Amino acid sequence: MVDTQAAVLDEPAERLEPAVGVVKAVFGSVVTLIALVVLWEVLVRHYNVPGWLLPAPSAIAQAMVEWRADLVVHTGVTLYETLVGFALSIAVSVPLAVLIVYSPLLQNTIYPILLAMQSTPKVAIAPLLALWIGFGAAPKIIVVFLVCFFPIVVSTASGLTAVPPALIDLIRSLSASPMQTFLKIRFPTAMPHIFVGLKIAITFAVVGAVIGEFVGSENGLGYLILVSTSQSRTPLAFGALVLLTVMSIVLYYGVALVERVVVPWAPRN
Amino acid sequence: MNKIQIENLSKIYASRDGNVTALDNISLAIKPNEFVTLVGPSGCGKSTLLKLIGALIRPSRGVLLRDGREFDQPTHDVGIVFQESVLLQWRNVIDNVLLPAEILGLDRRKSRARAMELLGLVGLGGFEKRYPRELSGGMQQRVSICRALIHNPSVLLMDEPFAALDALTREELGFELMRIWAADKKTVIFVTHNISEAILLADRVVAMSPRPGRIARVIKIDLERPRTIAMEFSERFKTYSEQVREVIYHG
Repeated sequence: MVDTQAAVLDEPAERLEPAVGVVKAVFGSVVTLIALVVLWEVLVRHYNVPGWLLPAPSAIAQAMVEWRADLVVHTGVTLYETLVGFALSIAVSVPLAVLIVYSPLLQNTIYPILLAMQSTPKVAIAPLLALWIGFGAAPKIIVVFLVCFFPIVVSTASGLTAVPPALIDLIRSLSASPMQTFLKIRFPTAMPHIFVGLKIAITFAVVGAVIGEFVGSENGLGYLILVSTSQSRTPLAFGALVLLTVMSIVLYYGVALVERVVVPWAPRN
Repeated sequence: MNKIQIENLSKIYASRDGNVTALDNISLAIKPNEFVTLVGPSGCGKSTLLKLIGALIRPSRGVLLRDGREFDQPTHDVGIVFQESVLLQWRNVIDNVLLPAEILGLDRRKSRARAMELLGLVGLGGFEKRYPRELSGGMQQRVSICRALIHNPSVLLMDEPFAALDALTREELGFELMRIWAADKKTVIFVTHNISEAILLADRVVAMSPRPGRIARVIKIDLERPRTIAMEFSERFKTYSEQVREVIYHG
């Protein structure tokens, strides 16, 4: 069989290429990043920019080492708020999306409300949450929950409806029960879509936590940025910013890694 | 008794510009283990007819009998193959083939053995653990044929199953299908818009004309089996081909 052999031969080449591409891409972005940091250092020194206005990377690094104990604590707080809010959002959004897809009534009633919620700036809600719930972790978790909510609901709902019509016909011809259809067809079909939503949501999540901390907090990286800026300890503020960025990136790739394990069949870009 | 009997069947779809008659007063009787092809241009309602026979849609008018009994719900006695293989990307080959057996709650071990046998029959022995994305289009379609046969249905509905494949693979799969059918006879209803394919495979070709979808002519194909590629160049084949072409285009 001619096509059989062709398919087998094609395969290793197909797998090799993306791997090489990833290595190249990572290498390229690391080199670019280093170049930018060096340029920053050189410019700040050359023009004698005052440290409270724009600290040099070396000054930021120094501040990070100096304040490492505090940074670890504040990072832990923000990470906790982010992850709990994110997990809570998954736990609520996915079942809700299932209900929306299976119930036209809910679809018509909940969707406009969701859209309204999504259109409300979370920055505006955060002070209210602080007013109602106080300054603990809870209001931050709720902000994270709110920013993650919409992308997960929408991606899950669209994934659940992405089953090819022919496949629906096939399982209907076998008189599959709604539960069988959901477990064997709909949900697995939706999985790659859900992960698209999760990857968007996790990047929002960190931002959500910082917004919550900005409004009223006694700890967390957002709080640290606010306090150190007001005290002209700009290098420390930058240090917190670096950690936030790293956290965001690590969390994103963490979700991407889970995706690879859970849905290895998902198309990769 | 006829395996499938269709009497004065019509299917009318409501659309924005009023009603569209997809099928107009169709009558057709298909014998057990007969290989029937439905051929015609797009819009002749051949796929609609297939869906009606599979009870995936309801007729607007008329009667459908299977084994002499009227039916309006899908029965498990049908296997379906579509133009797209629609395999489940998260399942390997054998688990894809086993999907209908799982849904119907058939015996696991027996189904597995049958799946292996079917895969061997289509030349996919040794590919059970592969995933759909690792297979060529032709191989994927072979898997979907195995999936349609796993629960040993007596009726096989095929909706342009080879239309997305290249010409060579298409031919190869056509002969494979006939081989499988000869070894384990079923009533096959095969939709295509390819006239040569329709003639080469069929006991009878049902030529349909469009707008509204009607049966223009039913042509019995008197070519011996097993069919060969050489038959395509015979005078009789050409005559059939002209007959089909004429009724399709001139009603």
